[in-house]
Amino acid sequence: MTIAARKDRSQERQKQMIAEHFQRLGRARESGEKCVYTFVPGNLTELLRAFDLLPVLPEINALQSGMRGKSREYIGLAEKLGHSEDVCTYVKCDIGMLKSGNIGPTGERLPDPDLLLLSYTGCFTFLKWFELLRQEYRAPTVMLHVPYQADGQITPSQREYVVAQLKHKVIPALERVSGKKFDIDKLREQLRRSAQAEDDLVWVLQSARHRPSPIDAYFGGVYYIGPIFSAFRGTQEALEYYRELREEVAERIALGLGPVTPDGPLEREKFRVVVEGPPNWTSFREFWKMFADEGAVVVASTYTKVGGTYDLGFRHDPDRPLESLADYCLGCYTNLNLPTRVDVLCQYMDEYSADGLLVHSVKSCNSFSAGQLAMLNEVERRTGKPVGFLESDLVDPRYFSAANIKNRLESYFQMVAQKRAAAPRTEASAP
Amino acid sequence: MKYSVGIDLGSTTTKAVVLNEQCAVLGRGITNSRSNYQVACEVALGEALNRARLGMIERELADAGVDVTLRQAWLADFDRRFREQQYRAQLERLAQTLERHARDERDSELVRPLVADVVERMRTETCALFAEGANRKSDFFRDLAGSRYLALAEGLADERGARFDRVAGLFDKSILEVENAAEDSERFAVFAKAALAGMEAVPSELRAALERAAAVVMEQACCVGTGYGRATLPFPKEWIRSEILCHGLGAHAMFPGTRTVLDIGGQDTKAIQVDEQGIVTSFQMNDRCAAGCGRYLGYIADEMSLGLHELGPLACKSRRQVKINSTCTVFAGAELRERLSLGDKREDILAGLHRAIILRAMSLLARSGGVRPEFTFTGGVARNAAAVEALKKLIFEHYGEMQLNISADSIYTGALGAALFAHREAQRAQAPSRLAEPARG
Amino acid sequence: MSASRVQGIVERAEDLCRDLRLESVRRWKEQNGGLAIGFMPIWAPRELLRAQGCLPVGIMGGGEDVEIIKGDAFYQSYICHLPRSTIELALGGSLDVLDGMIFPAICDVIRNLSGIWKLRFPERLAYYFDSPQDFDPQIGGAFLRRELEEFSHALVQRGARPLETEALRESLAAYNANRARVQALYQLRRDEPWKVPTWELYLLQRAGLVAPVEEHDRMLDEYLAAIRADESRRPLDQARVVLTGSFCEQPPLGLIKTLERAGCYIVDDDFIQVGRWFKNPASLDGDPLDNLVNAFLRDSLESPTRYEEQGNKGEELVRRVADSRAEGVLFCTPSFCDPALLDQPMAVRAIEASGTPWTAFKYAENNGQFQVIREQAGTFADSIKLFSEALSP
Repeated sequence: MTIAARKDRSQERQKQMIAEHFQRLGRARESGEKCVYTFVPGNLTELLRAFDLLPVLPEINALQSGMRGKSREYIGLAEKLGHSEDVCTYVKCDIGMLKSGNIGPTGERLPDPDLLLLSYTGCFTFLKWFELLRQEYRAPTVMLHVPYQADGQITPSQREYVVAQLKHKVIPALERVSGKKFDIDKLREQLRRSAQAEDDLVWVLQSARHRPSPIDAYFGGVYYIGPIFSAFRGTQEALEYYRELREEVAERIALGLGPVTPDGPLEREKFRVVVEGPPNWTSFREFWKMFADEGAVVVASTYTKVGGTYDLGFRHDPDRPLESLADYCLGCYTNLNLPTRVDVLCQYMDEYSADGLLVHSVKSCNSFSAGQLAMLNEVERRTGKPVGFLESDLVDPRYFSAANIKNRLESYFQMVAQKRAAAPRTEASAP
Repeated sequence: MKYSVGIDLGSTTTKAVVLNEQCAVLGRGITNSRSNYQVACEVALGEALNRARLGMIERELADAGVDVTLRQAWLADFDRRFREQQYRAQLERLAQTLERHARDERDSELVRPLVADVVERMRTETCALFAEGANRKSDFFRDLAGSRYLALAEGLADERGARFDRVAGLFDKSILEVENAAEDSERFAVFAKAALAGMEAVPSELRAALERAAAVVMEQACCVGTGYGRATLPFPKEWIRSEILCHGLGAHAMFPGTRTVLDIGGQDTKAIQVDEQGIVTSFQMNDRCAAGCGRYLGYIADEMSLGLHELGPLACKSRRQVKINSTCTVFAGAELRERLSLGDKREDILAGLHRAIILRAMSLLARSGGVRPEFTFTGGVARNAAAVEALKKLIFEHYGEMQLNISADSIYTGALGAALFAHREAQRAQAPSRLAEPARG
Repeated sequence: MSASRVQGIVERAEDLCRDLRLESVRRWKEQNGGLAIGFMPIWAPRELLRAQGCLPVGIMGGGEDVEIIKGDAFYQSYICHLPRSTIELALGGSLDVLDGMIFPAICDVIRNLSGIWKLRFPERLAYYFDSPQDFDPQIGGAFLRRELEEFSHALVQRGARPLETEALRESLAAYNANRARVQALYQLRRDEPWKVPTWELYLLQRAGLVAPVEEHDRMLDEYLAAIRADESRRPLDQARVVLTGSFCEQPPLGLIKTLERAGCYIVDDDFIQVGRWFKNPASLDGDPLDNLVNAFLRDSLESPTRYEEQGNKGEELVRRVADSRAEGVLFCTPSFCDPALLDQPMAVRAIEASGTPWTAFKYAENNGQFQVIREQAGTFADSIKLFSEALSP
């Protein structure tokens, strides 16, 4: 069997999972299934599934709108309705989609939320986003406030606070909306499957330690995190998806193959970089191609940790169900303080033998972006590796200037190459 | 003679620098950028090669023992006439193109003689335009011919009841064609001969040196391109370098002690840190908007109905600088008018605007890692005295006093860096064959 | 006589407000020997700081007086101005006198500024103070209490005296008294806005960010007495407006003056809310730490940074408009301020439903030109006046 065909299999499976999920959502009104809108960081998918509730993730819808070329129109509509041009374009894209009939990425109309689960994790805008949606849908809303890991660790007080909210606020709200009693064993079962899938995901992400890397951990990585970051964590399908993905990647390693890019397999890995920050979705392929054209592979990225920092060791734990859900929320990447984020980046640079760090800074996301320049300097200081800075946005095409980004990327990779070429000389001249 | 060339295709001008095999600069050429990049490159390169030949002549004369004042006077005279010949050749091409377009005009019976008369007057004026001591506002044919054409056409159109905008439109259409059509390749010998013919008495040493210089066969060993338009340069990808790398290396070549480079060009601002070998260690560029770039000064100049080159000197007269916070080009006009209406003096506002631009650059410098001596300032804005003053003050205040380098040739920094890369490539390409020779022998 | 007294007090307040190198704080430390702890907008547990012998110092950025040389190196163009001038102040040594900084949970920018502080000034106390978004005493309340205890402990580790019950109770009383004065001034301005120009009230509040609470009390008392005695301040035909959106990055003083000169009486605002954060006095009975917690849970001002549990977004603003008998609303927000700008569509919806006219504009703390805003606010004020004239018989 050819690699391309096997590659297709995990991708096809994911596509099918998503299609089925949206079909189910599309039929939710008739089938009587209830849905809960929530966010990727701090998502409580296992808990929702334990109540047979269907998750809807507006962030994913927004990025899908970006990839499908709809976001410009949606954002424009939201701005016309009085939303500021200065604020997060995910929010505006979502509002615009809602005002345009709430047609989801697969063409089906999304059901209105039966509950807004405001998991306030690592992003201030989430609070405003669901306050805005609450006005639109008049849906019941439950707040889960996840405190910030300001000192680089989860304190017992923080965990206690989150668990108390889960017990006394979130679970009762889910019971009300589902009409079902909380069954902790059902939750444990989900968490057990989550942990297994998480093992496989981590294995896949860490496969990038190989030379050449069999995967691109950013552009390819956003596909790999799809199921586990969205509606499927804890499901049997997710478990199978990650098992299959792992096998495919193992085979690529055995054959010494590099990652697949928009133009086919990467022939020669010239640069290995770490990327901090979310991708741009409106020009996703073009952006990816700019890397591939330079022979650059992203070997580690922080964006693939916004829905959980599994590679740093966290696993969902059926023996501590609520505590581990709390730790999961508290540990999402954007809930980590800047010094910890710098540590993570430096660790990646080392662990993945990277040539340098590129920061892709998006206008929309201050949680990611504010302070990235300070992080950049710190990583440069500590690792001595070349760093580069790119700016655009998540889903607002007005902020993606291809020529500008290409110019910076080319300059960056040429700088890396030049430094690399010069390195032996300086070493030779050293005593 | 083998040479390496670097070409910097910028948003407003295209520059070329030619190096010999010993890595010494032979000549520099500059032209206005245009839609046909290939032509812009050829023109700049041709100009650099012409300068290279002039350099050869100068050396020959020196070797022949001609006194320095004398030979410089000869060369200046020759150069003036040489440029006049170039101008005349282009004027003829313009004349033909104008004639062709004039024929297609609806009222061609009115327009054709008018245009012909304008061109005829331009021909007559040419001598004066290139006379000794004459002040030419630009070295680019487009600017020189354009300003004369429009001035003459306006008068004649008025006189004869033709529509000036239509006559002016003809020029715009024609100059585009003239500029973008490939020129005849190197015509040094032809222009040189014509230039000599115009001179009253040609010293025999000059004639001899010229003939030898014209006979030298220039052979390109390698060409590296850079600049904003580099992606569209007509070279293979491996011959293209980012302008960041070229600016870093070029500044290092001009001032070997350079560690920090600031380049403020028309469209962008770059802060670059280099090591002791001229290798870029980090860089920052301005974000999408042109705030704080040379273009911003252009808007201000338009708003004040001043020439770009007049801004700096006027700002230098300021005694009480006005504080300006916005370097947004969109708001610049409104802000300026408000300031003027508040009674602030033009020079004080301008001083504030220059400082505001430099403050933006200070931010980029800080982002790129600060300012380390020596500090080299390049790009078009480096020619503006008020900007230099403001920069000096802020750098010294915040990073201590240090050597500030500004080269008179700073506009060629990127092209020089590219030429140095080309030189290295040429050497590398040669290296194996040189090694192979003894074995063959 | 009283006019010059008013002027003297306001000038003193302005001096304190423009004292970017915090000389007054330096003097306080020399005299009192306690820690000086800075805090960013919009709320910080000043009561607790004072009880432990610390001077709380409100840091509202560098305003219009600070030129940004290095601060932009930390921030992209799409991030508000406040953090860049704050870091500029810190890098320039202006904040050296502070023994620590509190970064309250306002937004992601201020949150991450706490991280920049940790990276750049590892030796200094950089405390991100997370206040709960759950307002249940058993859940959010318990969390806040633990936060306060941990913070108090961090202060002790830096050399502050331990927290004692009596000291905290006394401190609650002191701030209750101070808030009562500020609230009285707000009330007076609501009733007779010509007596209390907003730019003066604003400066007096700014003074309270650096001055010890008793000293601030004296200033407020003096000011109140002086304006009551000042007969020269007569009512003008101006439009009564509520200003909202300026709770974090502060507008330049010139902007506030511009609005007033353009024909607006600002009869309520959200400048420097820390001085009025609790709508009612904190209870002095029982455990004072619990009282502080409960005041936060129950009596905090509504703010875009605070989750609105009941889903009545904007109603508080509508109520403020009614309470202050305002005729219009000015949404006056800093550029790129996420809390203010994301909240605005909801506030606008409520305000429109109540039939109140509104207008909106943005600023940065270092704006120098107000011509556009002057015209906009002037037109707005005129239209309100014309409208009310048309209605009156």
